[in-house]
Amino acid sequence: MRNLTFAQAIQEATMQEMERDSNVFIYGIGLPTHPKIFGTTEGLEERFGAKRCFDSPISEDSMTGFGIGAALSGLRPIQVHIRVDFLILAMNQLVNMASSYSYGSGGKLSVPLVVRAIIGRGFGQGYQHSKSLLSTFAHIPGLKVIAPSTPYDAKGLLISAIRDNNPVLVLEHRWLYWAESHVPEEPYTVPIGKGNMLREGKDITVVATSWMNIEALKAAEILARAGVSVEIIDPRTLSPLDDGLITESVKKTGHCIVADYDWLHCGFSAEVSARVGEQCFGYLQSPVERIGFASTPCPTTRFLENKFYPNAIHIIRAVEAKLKLKPTDLSGEEFYSHENRFKGPF
Amino acid sequence: MTHPFPLKEIDRIVSFSLYQKMYKIRHAETMIVKHYPENEMKVPMHMSMGQEAIAAGVCQALGNDNQVFASYRSHATYIAKTDETDMFFAEMYGRAGGTGKGKAGSMHLSCPEKGHLGSTGIVASAIPIAMGTAFANQYKDNGLVSCVFFGDGALEEGNFWETLNNSCVMKLPILFVCEDNEYAVHTHKSIRHGFSSITSVLAEFDCGVFQAHTTDVERIYQITGEAMDWIRTEEKPAFIHHSCYRYLEHVGISEDFELGYRSKKIFQEWLDKDPLKLQRTRLVSDLNYSEREIEKLEHQIHNEVLASIQKAKQASFPDVEELGKDVYR
Repeated sequence: MRNLTFAQAIQEATMQEMERDSNVFIYGIGLPTHPKIFGTTEGLEERFGAKRCFDSPISEDSMTGFGIGAALSGLRPIQVHIRVDFLILAMNQLVNMASSYSYGSGGKLSVPLVVRAIIGRGFGQGYQHSKSLLSTFAHIPGLKVIAPSTPYDAKGLLISAIRDNNPVLVLEHRWLYWAESHVPEEPYTVPIGKGNMLREGKDITVVATSWMNIEALKAAEILARAGVSVEIIDPRTLSPLDDGLITESVKKTGHCIVADYDWLHCGFSAEVSARVGEQCFGYLQSPVERIGFASTPCPTTRFLENKFYPNAIHIIRAVEAKLKLKPTDLSGEEFYSHENRFKGPF
Repeated sequence: MTHPFPLKEIDRIVSFSLYQKMYKIRHAETMIVKHYPENEMKVPMHMSMGQEAIAAGVCQALGNDNQVFASYRSHATYIAKTDETDMFFAEMYGRAGGTGKGKAGSMHLSCPEKGHLGSTGIVASAIPIAMGTAFANQYKDNGLVSCVFFGDGALEEGNFWETLNNSCVMKLPILFVCEDNEYAVHTHKSIRHGFSSITSVLAEFDCGVFQAHTTDVERIYQITGEAMDWIRTEEKPAFIHHSCYRYLEHVGISEDFELGYRSKKIFQEWLDKDPLKLQRTRLVSDLNYSEREIEKLEHQIHNEVLASIQKAKQASFPDVEELGKDVYR
């Protein structure tokens, strides 16, 4: 079994798709230069040349339109943003143009565009370099939004995204890049629109997005020692959302916590809660609980940053409250931080 | 101003074709004005009337294969590029046979099979998409040029400057066509632009800069040809600045002189050099077309437009399932 990091999995998916299809190209601000977008674009320029792997001016909106136009012409562009916060400058092209091209042309035109953006917490990145905005993009019909959390999914979902005929946003949490898991060498796809049961359990369902899956795994591991069996559902695709895996799990466990890597208000967690409420009403033994960012811009100082982002402890305490358990002693536990990275395996 | 290439002689058949394009646009819009009060075309109309020479001259020079993008003032470019009015009117009437099955409307016309890749209701937003198409042309080395139409308002948008900049950096085969009618809705460019001459500003960019301050469709056709030659020979983008006048209100089918933001006297000056009038006179006086030949053409176009309208009125609306179709491909 060969292991790759999340970053290597993305790099391998890109390399293999560019080998397979000469219409695939990749570009973005600073893309070919050091440090190769966390290593995810390593070797691409050397292998495919500047024609298919290139830098761009700091013109996020226009360069997204550039991708749309190239996609309309049959190419398969991959645009990369080193921070999702910068992608906000491209909302016009994404929301007004890319999302409606197929619809407004009666299906004659399509935009097979992949937009990768790096999300989440780093090292005191503050409120303009660390958002996730999962829900913001997932709100828009015509866009697809994926957020892989394992290296296996990162490769398979990115290959699916490149082959998809629609605009697909790939939101990658920066702390995931070092995580390792088994990744097959040959190209493979993970279907967009299908969730993954990351851990099977019977007592409670945790629906987690992006990095929160890592926190949920940590929480599940600690809770298992107290005899609690946590089931973790990673939707992987936020839009279009296939909620079947989620509702089946909640019908089985009777409890649901949504641990979203985003703000709660009008967020993906609210969407999941609503669907669980609608579809699992008679099965629920407790109200759906939501965990997410504080309703503030992200503070920079570590002390407050720790209060802004949810983590495994929030999940553990929420599970205990739901199942009416005594709080576990966490004093000997080590949790993830910028310095204490999660490295896998899953 | 760069004019390195001599203006080409125009074949009299092309002269006729230029008039044909303009007449079809004018007549289609005249019929919109006539039928709009029936309230069956339930869509905002941004009329091209008065600006036809630009679409006709540019699209004649582009031919079939080079791609075009347009703004929400889309009718002239659409008809000039596609030469068709059936899908056009079906879209105006919101019918299933429209360019976007009725889901697009006047502001979002497209016809990929004729190289028309979209019109946008957001100022300047098709410009970067045209750049992407130009990049694809360069990538595939297919020799095609991508052309984008926009108004003077787009010169205030980041999308214009960002796209111009990168097109120059990447030396893309893109033709920027600015239709300067001086007004963004009711606001004159003098209180929107921090420059007096866009062509002077653009002279420092690494692209060809051309002016077509005329309502003479042949002159516009020739200058576009020059710009296309420049793009292909120099392997750089080109920009053409056109001066024009919108006869009707910003959106709608009426005149708007009572609003007082522009005078009817100036309108009259433009009307005296109306592009259709100029070209019709040339066909008869200089090119030996008979009045009868031109009337025959006009009659044919009238019948064609009328048939398109009748077909559209009788056609079905999209099925209710269409609401959810084409969101994804």
